[in-house]
Amino acid sequence: MSGWDRSAITIATFLPVAGAIVIAAMPREKDRLIRWLGVLFTGAALVVSIAIAIAFDYGGRGGLQFEVDTSWISAIGARYHVGIDGISLPLYVLTFLLSFLCAVYTVRYVPEPGRTKAFLGLMLLLETGMAGTFIAFDLLLFFVFWELVLVPMYFLIGIWGSANREYAAIKFFLYTVFGSVFMLLGFLGMYFRSDVSAAPGFQHSFDIVALQHFGAAGGFTHGFQVVVFGAIALGFAVKVPMWPFHTWLPDAHTEAPTIGSVLLAGVMLKMGTYGFIRVALPILPYGAHKYAPWIGLLAAIAIVYAALACLAQKDLKRLIAFSSVGHMGFVMLGIATLTQIGINAAIFGMVAHGVITGMLFFCVGSIYDRYHTRQIAEIGGGMMQNVPKLASIFAYVAIASLGLPGLAGFWGEVMALLAAFSPASGLNVALFRGFMVAGGVGTILTAGYFLWMLQRVNLGVLPDRWKEHHISDILAVEWVAWMPLLVGIVLLGVYPKLVFGTTSEAVHGLLSALGLGS
Amino acid sequence: MAQLIDYHAILPELILSGTIMLVLVVDVFLPARRKWFAMPLSLLGVVASLVAVLTLLGSHRTAFGGMFVVDNFAILFKIFFLTVAIVVLSISLRYFREGGFYQGEYYFLLLTSFLGCLLMPSSRDLLMLFIALELVSAPGFLMVAFRKGDPRSNEAGLKFFLIGVLSTAVMLYGMSLVYGLTGATRLTVIAERLAIVSGGRLTLAYAAILFVVAGFAFKVSAVPFQFWAPDTYEGAPVPVAAFLGAASSAAGFAGLLQLMFVAFLHQASFWAPIFAAVSIATMTVGNLLALQQRQLVRLLAYSGIAQAGYILLPFALVGKDAATDQRAFSAAVAYILIYAVMNLGAFSVAIAVSRRSPGLLFRDFAGLGKTAPLLAIGMATFMASLAGVPPTGGFWAKIIIFNAAINRGGIGPVLAVVMLVNSVMSIYYYFAVPRMMFFETPEDTSPLRSPALVTAVVAAASLAVLAAFVWPDWFARAPQFSTLVGR
Repeated sequence: MSGWDRSAITIATFLPVAGAIVIAAMPREKDRLIRWLGVLFTGAALVVSIAIAIAFDYGGRGGLQFEVDTSWISAIGARYHVGIDGISLPLYVLTFLLSFLCAVYTVRYVPEPGRTKAFLGLMLLLETGMAGTFIAFDLLLFFVFWELVLVPMYFLIGIWGSANREYAAIKFFLYTVFGSVFMLLGFLGMYFRSDVSAAPGFQHSFDIVALQHFGAAGGFTHGFQVVVFGAIALGFAVKVPMWPFHTWLPDAHTEAPTIGSVLLAGVMLKMGTYGFIRVALPILPYGAHKYAPWIGLLAAIAIVYAALACLAQKDLKRLIAFSSVGHMGFVMLGIATLTQIGINAAIFGMVAHGVITGMLFFCVGSIYDRYHTRQIAEIGGGMMQNVPKLASIFAYVAIASLGLPGLAGFWGEVMALLAAFSPASGLNVALFRGFMVAGGVGTILTAGYFLWMLQRVNLGVLPDRWKEHHISDILAVEWVAWMPLLVGIVLLGVYPKLVFGTTSEAVHGLLSALGLGS
Repeated sequence: MAQLIDYHAILPELILSGTIMLVLVVDVFLPARRKWFAMPLSLLGVVASLVAVLTLLGSHRTAFGGMFVVDNFAILFKIFFLTVAIVVLSISLRYFREGGFYQGEYYFLLLTSFLGCLLMPSSRDLLMLFIALELVSAPGFLMVAFRKGDPRSNEAGLKFFLIGVLSTAVMLYGMSLVYGLTGATRLTVIAERLAIVSGGRLTLAYAAILFVVAGFAFKVSAVPFQFWAPDTYEGAPVPVAAFLGAASSAAGFAGLLQLMFVAFLHQASFWAPIFAAVSIATMTVGNLLALQQRQLVRLLAYSGIAQAGYILLPFALVGKDAATDQRAFSAAVAYILIYAVMNLGAFSVAIAVSRRSPGLLFRDFAGLGKTAPLLAIGMATFMASLAGVPPTGGFWAKIIIFNAAINRGGIGPVLAVVMLVNSVMSIYYYFAVPRMMFFETPEDTSPLRSPALVTAVVAAASLAVLAAFVWPDWFARAPQFSTLVGR
């Protein structure tokens, strides 16, 4: 194994931290330099991650690549075990892409009250935490990365957020921590019940791969699986967020600064769904079977509930936030089916949601920046006349989000519904078809609220009060920051193999380990 | 045993004793404006004592016929206490110089307390333990009341004194019972003889254990002996409060570890459940009351109570098998060490801020992120660490306790859940401080000047807390040097 293979993902993951340290050392007055350093470091990390994606062996039977497994905390047998497979790769690259675009966006926009240095430093820290979650193959390492995102996000919301930011920040923090401590308990429980040794001198292991083999071989008792799956599912469910644990999300999203929302929706929510696929399902297959109908039920409720909630929203950003709950509902529905199609759909849905909703939050951020309001009624329509380019992009992304065929949003949703039609053996088919119907109703409602939103914001006559304001259309920096996402939406829509080609081998490997590989 | 006294073994204590005398004498001859010279003098003595401890590294020596033992456990704690002493001295200088206190007397008392701390982990005899504990406490009563002009400080001293003396009396009674039952004061001998006690005498032994524990429960502010802590911390000079929070309680725990893991180990099935209850009560009471605090030192006092509850948790795990005992012991020691670092850091920031606003209300911290960025970042690190949030050492300290608890099985996971819920609750109040510092705007926007020594302590402590997160191995492993259990 070459040095590059051993160090590539470590370099990509920790480059942002190095960037944060460099930025922290810069004098505060060098504002422009700091902004460009942010672009430089996120860009470098992105380049490394793309290099990894190019060097990735797509035919490779779904095993781990770029793997590193060395001693870390010898006292409790935790190891620095990182690697990347087809499930991680799309999310990993997405993390770096969105972070880079956020850094580009920051060149122009630093939200009130300024303090660029701290802002970018925290964002870079956040990037490492998110990226690390997707490559960690040691439960403790996974948990560390998982928790690492909390503090930067807390400050991003709390310092640079809008009016009600403090409440939103602490609510986000407490909710997530509350879920994750139960997850931690579950991890420790799995550790002590595991009878495998990944490190010399230890009877137990935190190693996710070792635990997957152990779990697939029926190593954990049924009762244990039910309890522990419940505990770790709680942690993941808060993060996703699944209904009814979603209430932190509209507040956090609405109050967060634009790039906070972009990263929150684009990447952080996926940490939860990724956790289900990576940790909960393969290690605790019996627990997964027992909980699948309930997860499916909550997912179906989330889809319908979120759509209804969206119809009632008056705040543009809050509307997008609630739509995230619905989209993540589709992802969870895909996972709950425990099928090849469903989980592939889920991963596709995560990537698509990251690209689309990230872009939607960019749009809303730019709208707010021009209108200084997010209230739909105050904007009052006519954006097509006033800022035609921005309005067109907004419409395009909103339509992608409602799942129009040919754009990215389509595949994840339709395949999740398809999977719900014939869930894995042992699951109640009638029940899942019920979920499918609920999901179908949800898609119609989704189309409804998005189109209605466009009608109220984009169309109609420009109100008089905006006529004397000079409102500029899209700026160069926005074009640069957005173009990759705008292209990606089409690309994923017409060529879904971009993601499926990466994931299907890994998902197949994962499911066949569970005895569900049919 | 060739000689009765192994002078090398007690060299650190001898040096410190000499320094104490010297400080007292020199103070008399110093003119008023040079009284602060007592501090560098004390510092010199402490450093010399630390060097003496380092020469003992790796050795196993006994003195006074086995009453006094120097082993890895003792050395670990001695290094720890002397480092804390250096920190407390550093943050005391400006505070006492500017506040118009009796400086020579203060340093004399402080060093005497630290002498007790040094003796504590070496004491393998009830008498020695008692002497060490009193040596820590008695100067503390005086130091707490050092702000003589302030009635709150007098109240603090009186409360501390009364509750302290009461618990000491109870503890002495317990010790006398133990002696009556076993005819011994040496901890290892007590363990052997208590193991064969039965019947009515066993009941008496249980009562004796409870009485002895009570004395230490006071020291570590465990429920129901916690009442003194908030008022005492608030009334005391801030460096003294820092001393109480970091060194004094750690000394209590060091004594408690020796008692429970050596002398009373065979009775664990009796006292472990009591520790479970005390631990739960202590952390819950501490956290619930901390939620309502609006003053930093009081917050730290209640948080100290809650943290004591966490440290008591491993005691409740004892008695299943040797491996579990070892793990519990390590977890407790690791937590004590890391807790002291973050707690001292927080108090240091408090000292810096108290120069501008002596009240130390939460709102006095508003906008510290602007007026003193380094202090604010340090404080945020300490608060995150106390709450157990990454990327800080406090995170691992908690994980190690969870690890021990869940591995124990039985009552362990239940305790872990209680501690988890408490930890989440604590985030709310710990984060109130960073929220003030970064989200609020200050009334006075001029930069806050902090004494160089205090700034250095804050920087060093934050680096230590962060380093402990990146390399948890070094402090997760340190307790395993212990020679106390697992023999």
